[in-house]
Amino acid sequence: MRTFPIGGIHPSDNKEWSKDRAIEVLALPNEVKVPMIQHIGAPSTPIVQKGDKVLTGQLIGQAAGFVSANIHSPISGTVTSVDAYPNGQGQRRIMVVIKREGDEWMEDIDLTPELKRECSLSAEEIIAKVRNAGIVGLGGAQFPTHVKLSVPDGQKAEVLIINGVECEPYLTSDYRNMMERAEMMLTGVEILMRAVKVERAVIGVENNKPDAIAHLRDLIARNNYKGIEVMPLKLRYPQGGEKQLIAAVTGRQVAPPPALPISVGAVVCNVSTAIAVYEAVQKNKPLIERVVTITGKTLGSTHNFLARMGTCVGEIIDLAGGLPEGDVKLLNGGPMMGRAVVDITAPLIKGCSGITVLAGKEAARGTELACIKCGKCVSACPMGLEPYLLSKLAKLQKWDMAEQHNTIDCIECGCCSYTCPSYLPLLDYIRIGKQTVMTNIRARANANKK
Amino acid sequence: MNSLVLTVLTLSVLGVLLAVVLYFVAQKFKVEEDPRIDDVEKMLPGANCGGCGFAGCRAMSEALVSRDNIGSLFCPVAGGEVMKSIADFLGKAAPEKSPMVATMRCGGTCEKRPKVNHYDGALNCAVVNTFYVGESGCAFGCIGYGDCVHACKFGALSLNPETGLVEVDADKCTACGACVKACPKGLFELRKKWPKNRAIYVACRSKNRGAVVSKVCKAGCIGCGKCQKVCAFGAITIDSHLAYIDPEKCKLCRKCVNECPTGAIHIVNMERLPKEPKAPATKAEPKAATPNVATKVENKVEPANK
Repeated sequence: MRTFPIGGIHPSDNKEWSKDRAIEVLALPNEVKVPMIQHIGAPSTPIVQKGDKVLTGQLIGQAAGFVSANIHSPISGTVTSVDAYPNGQGQRRIMVVIKREGDEWMEDIDLTPELKRECSLSAEEIIAKVRNAGIVGLGGAQFPTHVKLSVPDGQKAEVLIINGVECEPYLTSDYRNMMERAEMMLTGVEILMRAVKVERAVIGVENNKPDAIAHLRDLIARNNYKGIEVMPLKLRYPQGGEKQLIAAVTGRQVAPPPALPISVGAVVCNVSTAIAVYEAVQKNKPLIERVVTITGKTLGSTHNFLARMGTCVGEIIDLAGGLPEGDVKLLNGGPMMGRAVVDITAPLIKGCSGITVLAGKEAARGTELACIKCGKCVSACPMGLEPYLLSKLAKLQKWDMAEQHNTIDCIECGCCSYTCPSYLPLLDYIRIGKQTVMTNIRARANANKK
Repeated sequence: MNSLVLTVLTLSVLGVLLAVVLYFVAQKFKVEEDPRIDDVEKMLPGANCGGCGFAGCRAMSEALVSRDNIGSLFCPVAGGEVMKSIADFLGKAAPEKSPMVATMRCGGTCEKRPKVNHYDGALNCAVVNTFYVGESGCAFGCIGYGDCVHACKFGALSLNPETGLVEVDADKCTACGACVKACPKGLFELRKKWPKNRAIYVACRSKNRGAVVSKVCKAGCIGCGKCQKVCAFGAITIDSHLAYIDPEKCKLCRKCVNECPTGAIHIVNMERLPKEPKAPATKAEPKAATPNVATKVENKVEPANK
């Protein structure tokens, strides 16, 4: 069975807490806060004002530039304010607040539940639709999908890889999508294959989800999805990382940034993204809702919700029995790569595949000890870096040396911090190093242009 | 015996030959260096802090000797007098610069700006800043893990565990600017140093609206503009709900300090102006805020008087 060549760890996956919970459609929220930045790239420009009436699916934020994404109203009602509100990290960002009135949709959106498989659109038309629908990578990185699908001149995609790995512990939203919305997903994959003009698509699924693998294979054979295959992958974190998945499926290595996956002929999309693409292209439905897992050992109940963007995170937690007593760690995402949420009035965003609540021992970080030079972090790093060194260099602010040691290759998977027996916050420092080096490189490039 | 003599002879001849070669090489590749560079380096404090903008004191002295106009070169550690003596020694015009002092512009003590969450990652301000706003709800305030304290080579900064804020020892501060670079929130500013370390400054960097500021911090600038109205020298500007006192224009008249409803304007080593019984203005102010500010300023003044 295939997997990526170097590094990786085996955290306990803890998926049993929520994997058997069927997707529940969350009741429409009475108020949503829609951030104007829910993607990598330039923040969108709000095109509505206080007092405007909006319909579900109406454009409210216009993409500002190529690497940016449109944002649509997730409910119908009245805009009550366009102002800065705290996001999950407490940083104030421009958000559009909409108070719900009824449930009226834009007219061109097809709300019928029947699967619509035929698609005769050209690649350009599909990409335009994806772009208008504001679709971004739903695995967590929030990279605008239309940018991924626009294969640059001179390069050719050979294979479309669909990321159904979900290697992050606890999260089960992609798994539920593969189990319950597989037909939509497979049709989405067919559309994506048309968009990037490839004959072959591979759905990578880790072998801890044998029922999903069997279900998808069965559907593919029964309903004649041509060129799509399901590839079981050996369980290992971070297999869901774009570069790791490409290496696992094709055996090819993507060069360090700024090289993109397309340089080895691969385009990678998440399973949830494929469903969003299906809905956008076949049903004209923009990205206004997603499946989100709410899980944790200390929670009253765990769920997989189909929730509208902009729903208050606190409301979703209340439906799962509210926050447990005492100090808890609330994560937007899973325990490996998720970001801690400090403000539960923050809204649900496109990239949030789950809300994980950790408490007690699980949430605590060990006391920092001295590095014992055991080299575990080096063995664990899936990018072949030396985390102990990069962390030290960042701490000492030796940015040029950090750059020489390829700190910008770091994918921030957290394997090094997880594996460190001295509980060193390796990734915390590497992240500063990475950010500073990126800034330096950009400044140099700008200086060279002039 | 024979081999011993032979060895001594061979090595001696080799030594003489190499000495001759080295002599000619030294003549050929001789580097002329101005002897004054060494002298100037000795006059500089030798802290190698980089506060002048050069890599160290040696690089600074090279620049001082080689440049015709040294008006823009200034060693903040040495100060004006040493710079003047260096300029006299080199026969050039001395750079004129009034002494500066680093000022930490956040007044959000633990009491005024309560913590709303608990952080247990790496104890480093820059790391905290990459994650989120910090343990208090204020996105602009002091994080309190002391990146600046570590950056300061002169021991002028210290973390007060009671307030959770960094304090500057104005006597030790050389205004090298290391803290300005180290603080991820940009809280430090090099301001004009007054005699007896007197100072008046706005101890807040929050650009949020007043309502947002007062929710997370009771000592923050709410951008009300009262100080701007009372300033007779036009030293106070308000930009994005935040007052700023221009150190070049401020004359330390202290009028603004009494006006500030939140106590965001700090006054150091000076008494406040006696309160004028100006009925309409004081009535409008929330009464609870003023005594708090007064006690705080007294605390600040006491150690200096002792």
